[in-house]
Formats: sequence, structure tokens, C-alpha cells
Amino acid sequence: MSVNLIILLLISPLVGFLINGLFGKWLRNTEKLSGWIACLAVLVSLICSVIVFTHVKGGAELNQTLYQWIAAESHEYSKTELGSGESATPLFEWITGNFAFNIGFHVDSLTAVMLLIITGIGFLIHVYSIGYMHGDAGYTRYFAYLNLFVFAMLILVLADNYLMMFVGWEGVGLCSYLLIGFWYEKKSATDAGKKAFIVNRIGDFGFLLGMFTLFAAFGTLDFIPIFEQAEFFERTESTGSNLVFGASTLAVATLLLFVGAVGKSAQIPLYVWLPDAMEGPTPVSALIHAATMVTAGVYMVARSSVLFDLAGTGDVVAWIGVLTAAFAAIMALAANDIKRVLAYSTVSQLGYMFVGVGIGAYASGIFHLMTHAFFKGLMFLTAGSVMHAMSNELDMRRMGGLRSKLPITHITFLVGALAISGFPLLSGFWSKDEILHSAWEKGHPIIYVIGLVTAFLTAFYMFRLIFGTFYGKSRVDSQIHPHESPPVMWVPLAILAIPSALIGLALLSWKGHDSAFHHFIGGVFSHHGEKTAHHADNVLLFMAISSIVGIAGIALAWVKYRDWTPLAQPQSAIHKLAAEKFYVDEIYNAVFVQPIKKVSQFVLWRGLDVSIIDGTVNGVAFVVRTVGGSLRRFQTGVVQSYIVSMVIGIIIFLAYYLFIR
Amino acid sequence: MLLSAVIFLPLIGAIIIALTRTIVNASAIKGIALAIALLTFIVSLSLYTGFDETTHFMQFKVQNSWIPELGISYQLGIDGISLWLVLLTTFLTPICVLAAWGSIDKGASGFMISLLMLETGMLGVFCALDLFLFFVFWESMLIPMYLLIGVWGGTRRIYATVKFVLYTMAGSALMLVGILYLYFQNDNSFDLLTLYDKAGTLPHQRLLFLAFFVAFAIKVPLFPFHTWLPDAHVEAPTVGSVILAGVLLKMGTYGILRFCIPLFPEGTVAFTPLISTLAVVGIIYGALVAMVQPDLKKLVAYSSVSHLGFVVLGLFALNSQGVQGGIIQMVNHGLSTGALFLLVGMIYERRHTRMIADFGGLAKCMPIFATIFLIVTLSSIGLPGLNGFVGEFMILLGSFISGAFSKVYAVFAATGVILAAVYMLWMFQRVMFGKLDKPENQSLKDLNLREIIVLLPILLFIVWIGVYPKPFLSRIEKSVNHVLKQHTKAMAAIGESQNAVVVDAGLKGERE
Repeated sequence: MSVNLIILLLISPLVGFLINGLFGKWLRNTEKLSGWIACLAVLVSLICSVIVFTHVKGGAELNQTLYQWIAAESHEYSKTELGSGESATPLFEWITGNFAFNIGFHVDSLTAVMLLIITGIGFLIHVYSIGYMHGDAGYTRYFAYLNLFVFAMLILVLADNYLMMFVGWEGVGLCSYLLIGFWYEKKSATDAGKKAFIVNRIGDFGFLLGMFTLFAAFGTLDFIPIFEQAEFFERTESTGSNLVFGASTLAVATLLLFVGAVGKSAQIPLYVWLPDAMEGPTPVSALIHAATMVTAGVYMVARSSVLFDLAGTGDVVAWIGVLTAAFAAIMALAANDIKRVLAYSTVSQLGYMFVGVGIGAYASGIFHLMTHAFFKGLMFLTAGSVMHAMSNELDMRRMGGLRSKLPITHITFLVGALAISGFPLLSGFWSKDEILHSAWEKGHPIIYVIGLVTAFLTAFYMFRLIFGTFYGKSRVDSQIHPHESPPVMWVPLAILAIPSALIGLALLSWKGHDSAFHHFIGGVFSHHGEKTAHHADNVLLFMAISSIVGIAGIALAWVKYRDWTPLAQPQSAIHKLAAEKFYVDEIYNAVFVQPIKKVSQFVLWRGLDVSIIDGTVNGVAFVVRTVGGSLRRFQTGVVQSYIVSMVIGIIIFLAYYLFIR
Repeated sequence: MLLSAVIFLPLIGAIIIALTRTIVNASAIKGIALAIALLTFIVSLSLYTGFDETTHFMQFKVQNSWIPELGISYQLGIDGISLWLVLLTTFLTPICVLAAWGSIDKGASGFMISLLMLETGMLGVFCALDLFLFFVFWESMLIPMYLLIGVWGGTRRIYATVKFVLYTMAGSALMLVGILYLYFQNDNSFDLLTLYDKAGTLPHQRLLFLAFFVAFAIKVPLFPFHTWLPDAHVEAPTVGSVILAGVLLKMGTYGILRFCIPLFPEGTVAFTPLISTLAVVGIIYGALVAMVQPDLKKLVAYSSVSHLGFVVLGLFALNSQGVQGGIIQMVNHGLSTGALFLLVGMIYERRHTRMIADFGGLAKCMPIFATIFLIVTLSSIGLPGLNGFVGEFMILLGSFISGAFSKVYAVFAATGVILAAVYMLWMFQRVMFGKLDKPENQSLKDLNLREIIVLLPILLFIVWIGVYPKPFLSRIEKSVNHVLKQHTKAMAAIGESQNAVVVDAGLKGERE
């Protein structure tokens, strides 16, 4: 595996971005060309990823620095250089070491899996977009952004150090911002884009501080040296007194990094941007807000598994994950907008992934990341197909009975929904069951139970969506005539449906308790000897429980929604609360946004800046001018008055010396 | 000789314009100004190519006696600290001439003369190695700036200029006292280099530090000395704002690094906690106040307060990450904020308003403008891959590792990263996005070729520094390390136990 292959893999979407970005003006008339250029760019990356995958499968790894990015020789000198005797005190021996942050690649099996997901699903979504975005005024701009996104995401997963990962991390955030607000004339869209960027920045604040903490401890941000020294560091530190607020450096660092993951992967309390992000074009939701970008946090935790294990902060990750999973599922129950249901479902499934990586079942977490990328990407694209058919209608209360009109969309959506609901043998079943099973095995029974309940809710709300949209009587507006999407859209759906259904089965052929996937990726996490969570004696029992829960959820949805007549108002208080998203946005607005705006406006600007500081400055000027003006009156030019002043002055002076001193 | 040429070429140009202004027309005057500014830039490039990055010593030195009876010499030189600021100045001036092309018709000659004189003054400040000479340049640059704002400015221009000049003069008065005191300490000489050798032994360091620092802090401007800045920016013509933000503010941070830190190590250490706190307050305060500004120029002006807070924080981290980050951030701020003022000026010329509320939906009718504005905005909020990130990252990292307590500064300063996104993106949204529903905006023309040519070179550097900052950092490195070494040495020479404790805390944090 040569580094040139990786460079080609990485650069190809960048070239696509530059072509569409710089020459878009001239490409606009030949819309198709612009779209296919973007597709071709990702296809090249996909082919490279497959080659990389085969190399990695053969045991190859790559770790190579491309160039020094931010680097400098630090000032380093010994006591002798200081010369004089007293300076020999160690106080002034100031050695920071050189610092170098590089652009470099680290490719192992975890990277290879991510590369395949990004470029594979990315390619299909690019193709789908050709149909979906047809006729849009910003067609070339759209494909430029989409290519730029793939480029940034590839940087994120190819990085061999945290800083370069952060470059990709913020880069995907930028593309997310641009694509959510793609229809920039719509206020709600640009608001959502801005919200996504800012909430992500709050997370990135944590990521930055996490990096500083790591740098202060290790003097580098490169993965391999940090991971190699981490154990030694933790051991020596626990005997020393370097604890920050009683927590070890690694604990602080990992938790700060996790703040970044909470922002990027939309976990409590920073999940609020993701539901709003649905304002973007639907293929964007599929690619960025389901399959790839939002999983970056999970990837980062998995990548840092050494640190999270040593620091013992995985429990925090798992708990945030499971609570988010449950909370988001509840909100999904009450949503009527099909994209919002999918968005909450994404938040919820990301929670499962964090449970996986939090409890130390890293391979299972990444496995769920992969299966989710397929089935959730698929479902978003099918939702796009529904929108396409329904003239951008999203409210399932105004759908129903679409099954006959949109047969392909219906079947593929159904495959995705069955997969996420944990229907036996489909992909989501395997991956979710693995996580839950591991949670039990590793001694987290409460997480297991919450996860199981959430699995039930997932099946229920997902089939509420299916039945509400595709079954029952049609509630479609008579003005709208639903029609199936063109092949350029449904072919990617059909292709995605296959792995969504079967990938679990294909990869989970047990061979001595070890699945093919675990076998492939396990090496990355082998530092703590993670074995597959499955034990032959229990595995069937757990699978049975998961299956029953999933099917029960589907059955309940069948009972309640197969012939649905939506009510205008939520019936119960809890339903209303969930439908109003528990007022979290309103609370954030009232507690953070408005006070900060008001304080800035009235206290800081009008108050402190204009009145107090500037007031003082102008006050001083005024006093000087007034005093100067009064003093001027003494400068009368009349000699007598000067003499009077002089005499008075002498008298005062003498009086002072004679009597007071 | 080279340095003298770079410094005085603009002045010669100003004289040529002054002599010929009655015979030639306005566009010829602009042409002469542009030619001179470009020539200066081209000549200054040989400072870059000829720069030896392996040494911290002053390069391209010029040394002549000037008024030997008073110990005043004409002494010039640059090192890694001043190199980029000199180049930034020579780079921005032709851009300014070109930017003013369409907007300045009234008294083009006076405008160009002021601009070129200003350039000489600024270059002189960055190159002078004699305290007296420095002070002459420092003060001389006030006059053309006064004229630029006072003659070509907005409606409240007189208030703004008087405030600007008085503020600066108040600072310089103290500095002059400091300079005179140093003159006597330095065996009746204004030579800066000999003074460096005496740095550790100077008496009254804290007072001297303050005398210089206040002058520089006003210039920066450091919170709470910043209130002249929004007024000056709002009233200044576009080019005035570009020069003000791009170069003039850097004279403050440059002065801190050239004089305060190396000459008064004891004062530096004593005041570091106070100054770092003010810097952090400025970062957050500037960002919050910027957020609620209705006027685009004021918004950018307050954002400068925030950005310069980062620079000062970096300088007082007193380690190579922080100081190098501070210098690169001076350049970055000059580029991005300069570009922001240019962009604001371009829509001001079209719409004669700077109120955010008057815009909305401009992305529709001005796509090129919107794209460039977006890139500059992202640079300003420190997106990795663009220049702003490199500086901010190094500064925050430097601050974080510079001492046990400095972590707190870094944490609070890092919130500025969030706030920058808030105020810049909100502004961008209100100006660029939404429906193009105001009739006055619907007929706005996108950028013309001249305007694109004005902005493109800046964009080039925004990307270059972001992706490959090494050529910049490698030239800064040696000089910064030398200053830090001098500082540490001087602290060692003082050897006071009280200070030792402070430094100890600062330095030990390094390895923790």
C-alpha cells in the first residue's frame, strides 16, 4: 500500500470540488456533467478504498507523515549556556521540546472500514443526488459542497494525529453548515445551518482543550506515540500528584475529547442541532447526518480506545449514549415529519454506538456504525424519494396508502425499517444485539434494560412511520399525484437495500465465536484483549429476547397505526411534551441565548462600553477642556494680575515652610 | 541600504505626487501611487528572499550616525519578528491604492500622499533600532492617519480623529518619558541593541514597563483602552480602516514584543497575570459586543479587539508556541480583517450604508462577493485549513502549557472560538442569506475585475498560511527563541526570589 494511493484517494474529491467550485459557472448549463464529475471524483476514491481494504485485509498498515504543518524548533538550551553561577538553578532550565504537528496518514482496519463506508455510501448518494437535485438553481454549488464534504471526512479518518483529525472534524462541520443552509433564501434553513455550526463549535471547544491536555502530557498529538506512552504515563501519574481536580490527566483529556464527540454526534445535551439539520436537501441528511459525519464522534472514541480504557471514562460515554438513545426515541414517537422521525432515530442509534464503544465493545460499536450507515442512509434516501413523489410534503399525517404508488420506495424503506427494528437476521439485528449483549456481559444491566426498552420503542416508531406513510387509507392531498422516482434515484436505493438486509449475515459467520468483522477489525482494539462478546451458551437467549422485543414493537405499531386516523391534538400531557421536544430548544434559548444577547447589548455595549469606559474618556476630555478654559482666564496678559498671583503664591509657599513644616 | 530604500520609496512617491499634482490628472496620480506602492512591494520581496532564517541577529542593517551629540543614530534592521510585518505593510499598501481607485475622487493627490507617507511611517516603526528614530516614525505616522480619517472620513470624523490622536498621544507621552530615562541608563545613547544587553540590570523595571506598555496597549487596543477604535473605524474611509486594522494595530503588539518583553523582564513577569487577564477579557468582551452591533464596520472593529486579545495572550504566554502564534496571528489578522474591511467598503460603495439590517439575500445577486466574504469570514473564525486557525491554535496551546494558572486563561480564551462563530455567522446570515426582498439591493452588481484583483492576493495568503505555514514560522522562530532566551537570562540575572517563584510556576507548568 503506497502513500500515493492514499493521496489519490484523498485528493480526488478535492479536485472534484475545485472543478465544480471554480468552473461551476460554465458547467451550470450542462447540469449532468457537473453531477457526473462529482460522482467520478468519489468513484475514484471508492476504487482506491477497495484497494486499500484488500491491502489491509492482507495485514498491511500504513503510517506516514506527509509534511510538517505547524511546527517549530523551540528554544532549548542547557544550564551551561546560561553562563552565570546562580542561573544553575533548575528554575530557568526551560525545555519545551520541539513541537511538530504533521499532516500524515494512519491506515489500519478501522480506517479501511470507515473509508469504505464514506466512499461507498458517498458514491451512491452522489448518484442519487443527480436525480434528486435535478433542476435546482444551485446544482453545481451542491456538488461542489458534497465533494468538499467527502474530502474533509476522508481527512478526518485518515489522520494520524488529533490535530489533523480536528481539521477534518471542523471541515465536515463547515460542509454540514453549507449544506444545511443550502437553500439560503429560507430563513429556517440558514438558522439551522448556523445552529449546527455553533453547537458543533461548543463541542469543538472541548476537543481543543482535550488536545491541549494531551499535548501538555505527551508533547505530541500523534496517535501512535500517545497510545504507546499512555499506559506508562497513567501508571506513573497515579503515583504522583499530577491530578487535575482529583482526576487523572487522561480522564480529563478523554472527557474533553468526548465533549467534541457529543457535539459532532449529537448526544445529550448537544443533540439539538441534528433535528433542525433536516432543513438541508435530503441526500445531505442521508450522507452527512446519518451515515458519515455524525458518526465521527464514535470513530474518534474508538480510535482513542487506549486512552478511554486506561482512563476508565468509558462509563460516562456509555451512559450519555444510552440516555440519549432513550430520550431521542421518545421524541421520535411523537414526531409526524418523516425526516424528523429519522433524525431522532439517528440520534438514538448514535447513542447505541456510544454504548458500544463506552463499555469497551469497540468492534461492536463500529459494526453498528456500519450497519446503521447502510440502513439509515437507505431510509433517508427513500424519504427523499417520498418527498420527491409528494411535492416535498413531509408530514405523514397527510400521506398513507403510498404503497401501491411507490412500490420500490416502499420495499426499500421496509427493508431499512426492519433492519433498524432488529428484525431477526437483518443487519441491525446483529449489531444492536451485540451491543446490548456486551452491555450485559460487561456488567451494565441497567444500560442493557434501557437499551432493550429503546429497541422496542425504535421498532414501534419506525413502523408507525411505515404504516402511517405506506399503509391504510390515502390522506394525500388531491392536488398531489405521487409517482415513483427515476432510475437514477431508485437504483441506489435498491443497491443500498442489499447490504442493509444482509451485511450482518455475511459478516457474522461464527467461526469459533469470532465473526469475520471482529476478526478483521479486532486487532485495532486488541490492546485490552477484547474478545467477541458472544458466548455460545447465552448468545441464542439474548438474540431471542432482542427478536421478541423488536417484533413486539412492530406488532404494536400494526395494531395502532395500520389504519391510522391522525388526531389534530396530542392526547396526553406526555405526548404533548414529547411532540414539543420537551421544550429543550426553548429552555436553551431562555437560559443561554437571550441572556447573552441582552447582557451584550445592554450591559456590555450600551452600559460598560459606551457609558462607563467611553464616558470616562470623554469625561476626562471634558474636564481637561473645562479646566483649560477656566485657566485661560488667568492668562489675561495684564501684568498686575500676574504679580498678584505671584505674590499670593510666594505667601502660600512661605507660609507652608514657616508654619506647617 | 535596502531597508532605507523600502522605507523611503513611498515618501519619494509622495513627494513626486506633491510636485506633479497640478500638472497631471487624478487617474495619473493614482497610477503613480500604485506604481510606487508596487515597486516598494517588489523591492521588499528581496527582504524575504535574502532573509537568513538560521540566525536571530538583525539583518539588512543600516547604521549611520545622525545626531551624534545626542546619541541619536539612524539605525535600521529587521529580524524574524519584524520581517512579516514589513512585508504585510508593503503588501497591503498597493491593495489599498487599488481599493481606493473608485471611491476617492475628491483630492486624490492628498489622499495618495497621505497613504504613502503613512507607509513610510509604518515601515520605519518596524525597522528602527534606535529609540529616538522609532519614536519619530511612531509619531510621524499619526499625521497622515489624522488626515485620512479627518478629511476623507464620515460625518463624525473630527470627533473620531481627535479621539484617536489624543488617545495615542497620551500613550506616547508616557513612552517618551520612558525613552528618555532609558537614554540616560544607556550611557546617553538611544541605541536599542546595546540596551538589550543591559536589559536585566535596568532599574525601575515595572514603571518603565508600564510607561511603554500603556502606549502599546492603547494602540493594540487592549481592553479597556479600546473605545477609540470603533469610532475611528466607523468614520475612516475603507482604506483607512484597512491600514488601521491591518498594520497600525500591529505596531502595538510589535512594540510589546520589541521593547516591553526583552527590555523589562521583571516588569513583564510582574504584569503578566494582569495583562493576560485583560487579554482574555478583551477576547470575550470584544466578541460579545461585536455580536450585537448593528453596523458592519463596528462589528469588525470589535472583532479586532477580540482577535488582538488573542495576540496579546500569546505574547505573554512567554513560550515559543504562544509568541510565534502571536506573530503569525498579527499577520493573519492583518489579512482577514483587512479583507473584511475591503469587503464592507465594497458594498458600502454600492449601497452607502453599513447597517446589517439594510442588507439580506446578497448571495443571490452577488455570488462572487458572497463566496469571497465566506472564505474571509471562515478565516476570521479560525477554520482549520485557513490562516486564522494556525495562529489561534498556537496561541491557545502556548497559553495552556505556559503555567499552572495559565490553563485558566486558555480555557476562557478558547470560548472566543465559539463566540467568533456566533457573531460572524450571524452577521453573514443577515447580510448574505434570506430573501433578496429590499428593492435597493436587487440591482446590486457583483464584484468587478478590479475588486477581485484587490481581494485575490489576500485570499491566496489566507489559504497558504492555513495549509503550509512553515515558510512563515521558520523565519520567525529564531528571533522569538532569542527574545525568550534573553528574557529568561535576564530573569536569571535578577534572581529575585519573589519573581523566581512566579517564573517557577510559569516554567514548571511547561513540563506538567
